[in-house]
Amino acid sequence: MSYLIPKRLFLFVLLIPLSFVTLSAFASIDVYSFKDPSQELRFAQLTEELRCPKCQNNNLADSNSPLAKDLKDIIYEKMLAGETDEEITHYLKQRYGDFVSYKPPVKPFTWLIWYGPFILLLLGAFGVYRYMGGRKISLSAQNKSAISNSSQSLIDQWDSEKGDPEQPNSSSVQQKKQENDEESPSQESNS
Amino acid sequence: MMIQSKRLFLYLLPLALFVGLTLLLYSGLGKDPTELDSQLIGQKIPVFSKSLLFKPDAIITDKDIKGPALINIWGSWCPACYHEHPYFMELAKQKVVAIYGLNYKDGRAEALKFIQKLGNPYDQIIVDKNGRLGIDLGVYGAPETFVINHENRIVYRHVGVVNAQVWETLLKPRLTQQTKQLSDRE
Repeated sequence: MSYLIPKRLFLFVLLIPLSFVTLSAFASIDVYSFKDPSQELRFAQLTEELRCPKCQNNNLADSNSPLAKDLKDIIYEKMLAGETDEEITHYLKQRYGDFVSYKPPVKPFTWLIWYGPFILLLLGAFGVYRYMGGRKISLSAQNKSAISNSSQSLIDQWDSEKGDPEQPNSSSVQQKKQENDEESPSQESNS
Repeated sequence: MMIQSKRLFLYLLPLALFVGLTLLLYSGLGKDPTELDSQLIGQKIPVFSKSLLFKPDAIITDKDIKGPALINIWGSWCPACYHEHPYFMELAKQKVVAIYGLNYKDGRAEALKFIQKLGNPYDQIIVDKNGRLGIDLGVYGAPETFVINHENRIVYRHVGVVNAQVWETLLKPRLTQQTKQLSDRE
């Protein structure tokens, strides 16, 4: 039994830092108390979507600046007064501009951010389509010439096996082969 | 010919993209991304009712503000406010423009100490302890200085320290422009 006590003590010491973690994690939420959980969720979503004007890469929920605290107080008050998310966002935008929202409105000035990625996607898809299409054409052209070359060699082989001394067709075959060679690179450059 | 021009286009495309991107990024150089444009340009100053620093029982409202004037947002907690204070003292001595002080999120005792030690350049000092008037003005830090016209409409907002250069190049031209427009209308 005597060894149990130090073990318990050891566990207790291990648990101390854990208690600090949970305390600090809940400290920032506990400031605002809500009657129903849906309102609390709305508050959490809204403060995450709104940006702190002072510490510009933080949202209101994450920011500890005094201004962010004031703005959170205002949002809390307005929420309890029954204002909608749109009304609250509008209130802040009137004072700090579109800047305060991480969701920029769709207007000509912001078209590039809203539609830019889709334009890039379309351009990319078009590029891939062109690239793949081109490859298919050049591949089939290569196959064609490969097939005709092999058939040519078969004809040649057959001719030589036959051992015809005059070889009446050989000159025309040579010509055809040259034509094929000329055709294939032009097809490739077309693609 | 078709193929050649197509090739040329393909080769020039990265160059064009590079030049475009360079211009875009170059235009951003030297700009302070933390400086926000005021949303209240052209609007009247917000309605308020606050106490005065020297007379805690007295109340000052937006109707007591007489433009054209400057409204300077300051606090004893703000290091840059100490920095710009001597220039406001100088401006006050010249008596060129009415200057209202907005003591933003400060303690009365600290604010009084600040003024007693460094002097008072302000015609009136409005106390905004909870910072709500500041938020109505779109203030996101101190110091900030607003230029208002004869109708109490906000003409310009300067974020940061006011010095001789800022006064001459940014604030004064806006004030005189407003008074000139007024005299032209009459």
